[in-house]
Amino acid sequence: MKSKALKSKVMDDMFENFLSQIQRVIEVLKDILKRPSAMVGGILLLLILITSVLFPLVFHVDPLDQNLLARFSPPVWQEGGTWKHLFGTDNLGRDILSRLLYGGRVSLLVGFSAVLLASVVGIFLGLVSGYYGGKTDHFIMRIADVFMAYPFMLLTISVIAVLGPSIFNLILVLGISDWVTYARTIRGSVLSIKTKEYVEAARSIGTPHIIIILRHVLPNVISPLIVLATLRVGNIIIWESGLSYLGMGTPPPMPTWGRMLSEGRVYITDAWWLVTIPGLAIMLTILSINLLGDGLRDALDPRLKNL
Amino acid sequence: MLMLPGDASNQEIEELREQLGFNDPLYVQYARFAIKAVQGDFGESLYYHVPVMELIIERLPASLELAVSAMIFALVLAIPLGILSAVKRGSMVDMGSMFGALLGISMPHFWLGIMMMLLFSIHLGWLPTSGRGTFAHLIMPAISLGLSLMAMFARLTRSVMLEVLSLDYIRTARAKGLKEQVIIYKHALRNALIPLVTVAGMQFGFLIGGTVIIETVFAWPGLGRLVIQAIFGRDYPLVQGIVFVFSVIFVGTNLLVDILYVYLDPQISYHEEK
Repeated sequence: MKSKALKSKVMDDMFENFLSQIQRVIEVLKDILKRPSAMVGGILLLLILITSVLFPLVFHVDPLDQNLLARFSPPVWQEGGTWKHLFGTDNLGRDILSRLLYGGRVSLLVGFSAVLLASVVGIFLGLVSGYYGGKTDHFIMRIADVFMAYPFMLLTISVIAVLGPSIFNLILVLGISDWVTYARTIRGSVLSIKTKEYVEAARSIGTPHIIIILRHVLPNVISPLIVLATLRVGNIIIWESGLSYLGMGTPPPMPTWGRMLSEGRVYITDAWWLVTIPGLAIMLTILSINLLGDGLRDALDPRLKNL
Repeated sequence: MLMLPGDASNQEIEELREQLGFNDPLYVQYARFAIKAVQGDFGESLYYHVPVMELIIERLPASLELAVSAMIFALVLAIPLGILSAVKRGSMVDMGSMFGALLGISMPHFWLGIMMMLLFSIHLGWLPTSGRGTFAHLIMPAISLGLSLMAMFARLTRSVMLEVLSLDYIRTARAKGLKEQVIIYKHALRNALIPLVTVAGMQFGFLIGGTVIIETVFAWPGLGRLVIQAIFGRDYPLVQGIVFVFSVIFVGTNLLVDILYVYLDPQISYHEEK
């Protein structure tokens, strides 16, 4: 009976907590809307997401469809370009625009999933490490040190070389190697939060650890993490394109921005658009994410100016 | 890559396994590797058939040259730019350089390299596309490796300087009637350098990772390009050796940063208070 009452109390609490979180999110969104650069970033990112996810469904042009008669067709605004291939074609006569949109799907999928994985692992380990302290903390932080001591790029390259290139492996490797940043950030905040009176009060009335962590600690340390995660999506997309460039991204013939760059690099003297357009796509995507991330940071946590 | 003819007998395969030590338990293999590695012996490259250490020593200077030039390029331009932006906060200079910095961190560095190659080598013919040798060869790889770092450092310098310049001791210095230049360069910059040095040290790992791609783009004969070739060629002793060396450089740099702190900030001391 008693445990049931406690349970419903906890449920009520969580619901209330949820409502106040929603309110906070709305506040933050309002704050972001006031910042023009963040708005531009948000709208741009939304456009990129919509076009790369929906466009291929509506205007279906196979990104693998080869047409050797239409090789190296330049973009439409250059002499010899046609509206049929807005951004021209590559060395096998494949449509660049279509490859760009399909490639964007890979980059965005890998970027967001890897960050999600890394942040979930990082937040969990960081919370545990900071909250429990002692040997647990020591153990987790020494593992973090090992990850820090090993150059990120080399780690991903070596693991991909062993596991073989695939989207799943890419997400796994990028996600697993990036958890340290999150764990360390969150651990630092937890260390200062857990000495606060309200946490002590919660503990003194016998609140279970898990409730304290989720209800009292997590909401107070999550803001910098959201900012960090947003900005990391950009970094991960750059790494993904780098790995693809080296031939360690997704297996061919799947188009990715990085692979388009490395294939185009060979024809750099004949067809400038092969290397220019995919790079611009990457840059615009990362730029929009960074603009949004900077805006989020200013709105959520003005102290984090130097991340 | 095949180490034996395709029609090798089972006995031959077994002999090679034994010879390469693949039949021992993993911990024995690891211990053997570790004992030799600390003596600088990583075995022989499966592809080049020369000791791995020889290959590393041959290629390491090229990679260090590239990484250090990129770091110098980044720091030399970023610090003045960051200070200027902080001092002239909200001006056109500030907004322009910060937007430039944002573009810089939003660009994949290897793409920047390719774009520069397109412009300066192919269209203008000013710089060589690839290889190493003269200073002209170094310019494009170093800039493309260093630009995003420069952008990051400039942003960091600006925000740290803004923070430091709002502190009380700067106001005191101003009240004393010190010259603004003395305040900025002597009083503020010194404190702003500490986070900058930390980040620069940590980013050295990024530089090492970056050399892997940039060296491939510009055919720069360094360790980064060698490790990619080794990975694709399944040349495991070589991969192990290079990764080991990279890690040592990375850890060494971070140690150096920790030591540098003591000189930059007398408040930091590694000795226990007596």
